[in-house]
Amino acid sequence: MLIEMIPEVGLFALIIAQLMALILGTLPLAGAATRRPLWMAYARPMATAQFAFLCLAYACLTASYLLDDFSVATVANNSNSMLPWYYKLSAVWGNHEGSVLLWSLMLAGWTFAVGYFSRALPPEVLARVLAVMGLISSGFLAFVLWTSNPFARLLPEVPADGADLNPLLQDVGLIVHPPMLYMGYVGFSVVFAFAIAALLGGRLDAAWTRWVRPWTNLAWAFLTLGIALGSWWAYYELGWGGWWFWDPVENASLLPWLAGTALIHSLAVTEKRGAFKSWTLLLAISTFSLSLLGTFLVRSGVLTSVHAFANDPDRGLFILLLLGLTVGCSLLLFALRLPRVGQRAGFTGFSRDALLLINNLLLVVMTASVLLGTLYPLLLDALGLGKISVGAPYFNSLFVPLTVLLGLVMGLGPVSQWKRTPPRVLWRHGGPSAVLALVIAALVPLVYRGDWNLSVSLGLATALWILLPMLKGLWERSRQGVSRWAALRRLSLAYWGMLVAHLGVAVTIVGVSVVSNYAIERNVRMAEGDTTTLAGYTFTLTELGERRGANFIADTARLEVRHQGQSQPFVMTPEKRLYLATGMPMTDVALRPGPWRDLYVAMGEELEAGSWALRLQYKPMVRWLWLGALLMALGGLLAVVDRRYRRRGRALRPDAVEASS
Amino acid sequence: MKHRLMLFLPLLGFLLLSGLLYRGLSMEPAGRESAMIGQPFPAFELATLADPGQQVDASLLQGQVTLVNVWGEWCPTCKQEMPQLQALAQEGVHLVGIDYKDKREKGRAFLAQYGNPFTLNIFDPEGRLGFDLGVYGAPETFLVDADGVIRYHHTGYIAPHEVTEVILPEVARWRE
Amino acid sequence: MARMTTWLLCLLMGVCLPALAAEEMRAFEDPVLEARYAELTAVLRCPKCQNQAINDSASPIAGDMRERVYQLLHQGQSDQQILDYMVQRFGDYVLYNPRLEGRTLLLWGLPVVLMLMGGLLVFVLVRARRHAAAQGLSDSERARLASLLGSDAADDSRAGRESSARGGQRSDT
Repeated sequence: MLIEMIPEVGLFALIIAQLMALILGTLPLAGAATRRPLWMAYARPMATAQFAFLCLAYACLTASYLLDDFSVATVANNSNSMLPWYYKLSAVWGNHEGSVLLWSLMLAGWTFAVGYFSRALPPEVLARVLAVMGLISSGFLAFVLWTSNPFARLLPEVPADGADLNPLLQDVGLIVHPPMLYMGYVGFSVVFAFAIAALLGGRLDAAWTRWVRPWTNLAWAFLTLGIALGSWWAYYELGWGGWWFWDPVENASLLPWLAGTALIHSLAVTEKRGAFKSWTLLLAISTFSLSLLGTFLVRSGVLTSVHAFANDPDRGLFILLLLGLTVGCSLLLFALRLPRVGQRAGFTGFSRDALLLINNLLLVVMTASVLLGTLYPLLLDALGLGKISVGAPYFNSLFVPLTVLLGLVMGLGPVSQWKRTPPRVLWRHGGPSAVLALVIAALVPLVYRGDWNLSVSLGLATALWILLPMLKGLWERSRQGVSRWAALRRLSLAYWGMLVAHLGVAVTIVGVSVVSNYAIERNVRMAEGDTTTLAGYTFTLTELGERRGANFIADTARLEVRHQGQSQPFVMTPEKRLYLATGMPMTDVALRPGPWRDLYVAMGEELEAGSWALRLQYKPMVRWLWLGALLMALGGLLAVVDRRYRRRGRALRPDAVEASS
Repeated sequence: MKHRLMLFLPLLGFLLLSGLLYRGLSMEPAGRESAMIGQPFPAFELATLADPGQQVDASLLQGQVTLVNVWGEWCPTCKQEMPQLQALAQEGVHLVGIDYKDKREKGRAFLAQYGNPFTLNIFDPEGRLGFDLGVYGAPETFLVDADGVIRYHHTGYIAPHEVTEVILPEVARWRE
Repeated sequence: MARMTTWLLCLLMGVCLPALAAEEMRAFEDPVLEARYAELTAVLRCPKCQNQAINDSASPIAGDMRERVYQLLHQGQSDQQILDYMVQRFGDYVLYNPRLEGRTLLLWGLPVVLMLMGGLLVFVLVRARRHAAAQGLSDSERARLASLLGSDAADDSRAGRESSARGGQRSDT
């Protein structure tokens, strides 16, 4: 009896959460406008209650999956009684309805966290911030309730079993990837809400940036991890060995990331120098707007032309309405109420301020290019100018030079000073590093592979140019304390975070340029006993077989792989699976990962009895790509835990505001 | 005051973007104009479905307005399209079929079962003619004028209402 | 090449195309031809699929197109001729690298224009502010700056404190 009511309880909790969100979105805002402390005091309890009820709703949906309640439509469509319990957990968000619920839950979670950790904020600021988040939340909950109810029932004809989770999604990587991505998307709502609050309150001071920076860094770190996990998952799961395709869906996640990266840097200038205020506000609004835009692009079907999705225009229209209201209102507010409190702080051509300005320019041009390339086919189509495609060649031809330029600025950024950096200092840090970077970058490809490649050298030079001045600066600083250790310990965690994140960028650049230019791929026909050589590795197919898994049958191959000169072979076992419930074939790739290279074997088709098409790939330094992303995220997290940003109340003292504005 | 107006630029940009996205919601992303419109029908030399010994080429399409329909036994939508093609044949439209990527026996069986509105069927087992026409699925329909130039293209299934609303007017237009 | 679309679409909608590799083996005598084949099949879009190059699509038309690319390469056609050959049949849609023409001027031009305009803006801002900096730097500050030269931004906020905000104008950056 009780169990049968679980979906109703969930739906009820969802409706209550919607009501809480509406109260949260209105009462504290009105209270802040009319200076009524009682109304403003509703903000935190409502944020907490909203989160609690959404947790309940989400728990109910999860319970329906775990209990195989196939009377719930989403469970029947996306789960199966044979599915292992952990995939049932991830199946909850493996579909449109569940993922929007997760989105809303995370938004409520961030709202709750802001309420919890920002108790020291002035009450009207807190009231406004939480209320703006409540408004966004009520919009999304309305979307869930009206167009995407995850608790909709299939009554009275309850299917005997579910249709099963898509085999591609039956993967551990997919358990963590979407939540990370959503955490990033949704996390940018915090800085957005702070920006709206600043516009409403007409105040943007150094204290504001100090409140905002940890939240922004945290969201950015999540988004970085989410994108990297998605790329990694696609690499090992889809069987092509690719890691980025400039697909609209990928671009949708890259847009807020690029804008968010620009925001992090402009926030630094706003905090330290009191400059770029209006720009920072605009970036804060844009970053979250791009998160919303990405959600629209992915879920409305305007770009990916999948019929199954395009035939639900209600959802697309609803998100567009949400997007229009949120972004339109905030940009209107921006135009009308941009606080006239910005100051003109002086700096010269060679200063950290100016370099960060160029950094922002480059990142904004990158963002604009991705947006333009993604939407351009739609634009031409709408104007009746025909159908075109914009793909990897376009984006690469813009991103390679822009990344190199960004690298040039990044090399000098960390070693330059605010306001003014004498050319002498720049030369001392930059000159030798530049020479060293160029020489190493020119030589390494020769030593490494013997065939010199301009792109690889360019990538290496950029990475080294980012790295070397940073290391030199660190070395010099380490001499300024009682001991080197003491000197390094004096550096703030935020500074270390910056170093680690920049290191991550350098590592990713190396990975991208090497794997893009030195990867080797070969399609071969192999029968038992056949041998193929690829990049110094000898692959011998020793055995073809079959096996039965929990919910699939598979053709298997066993390859012994020997590296040049090594006697001990290792074994790789790719599979070609057929999932029984869905009848879907899947390639299960055999991977031999390593810091310097991955070996990648995928089974194609059986060509004739006893002989298979195999795709062998040699992927040098492909791991560096994701390692770099991990470092970037780690850098972001280090900056979050910096004590300077967590010292309660300190930022509120007038002298502190004075000191850093 | 110039600065104040500049502040509205982001809003303006966003409004334009929203208009585009709104328009995008009602567009059909899959529908595409054929690149062949205005081009002469590509040269070919293939046997007919009925008689492996009878070779035909593009001169077949000279002299009258012809509706060329690309079909195959393997294509379920083609079966649903046959009644519409029959109706068009009854209206006096000159129909030529291309049996695309098919087996000869299967193609013949298909016509025996669903009727044969075509005056002639070109047999294109490897899809070479289809490729030159830019065909990437079936059914697809081309309207070729009396000079052998492709004038109109219909991707996918011709729905019953489209017979009178779309196809017949196009045929009449190019007959003039 | 792997595509995140597939999985995100799966993720969001539960529909999916199976991920299958392009299967056929091709024999190339000439490694240059092989490289050109790899390049061409990566920049031609499969007209039937959602968003896949013909080298990673299992759709029959993608197979036909790969076959045609292979033949044309061996007939000695140039890359441009092969691309034109495909465009003539399937339209500009199959080019992942859109051609520079009237309707794509904005696509190729806007990033460049943005970059130039942005660069100009940065230049103007920096010049305007250099003026402010020159005024704003007192002798004592100069001395302090000199003493700090070695220590950069050991403490970022200290460097920040060096600057005092001046002037009441708004900064529009």
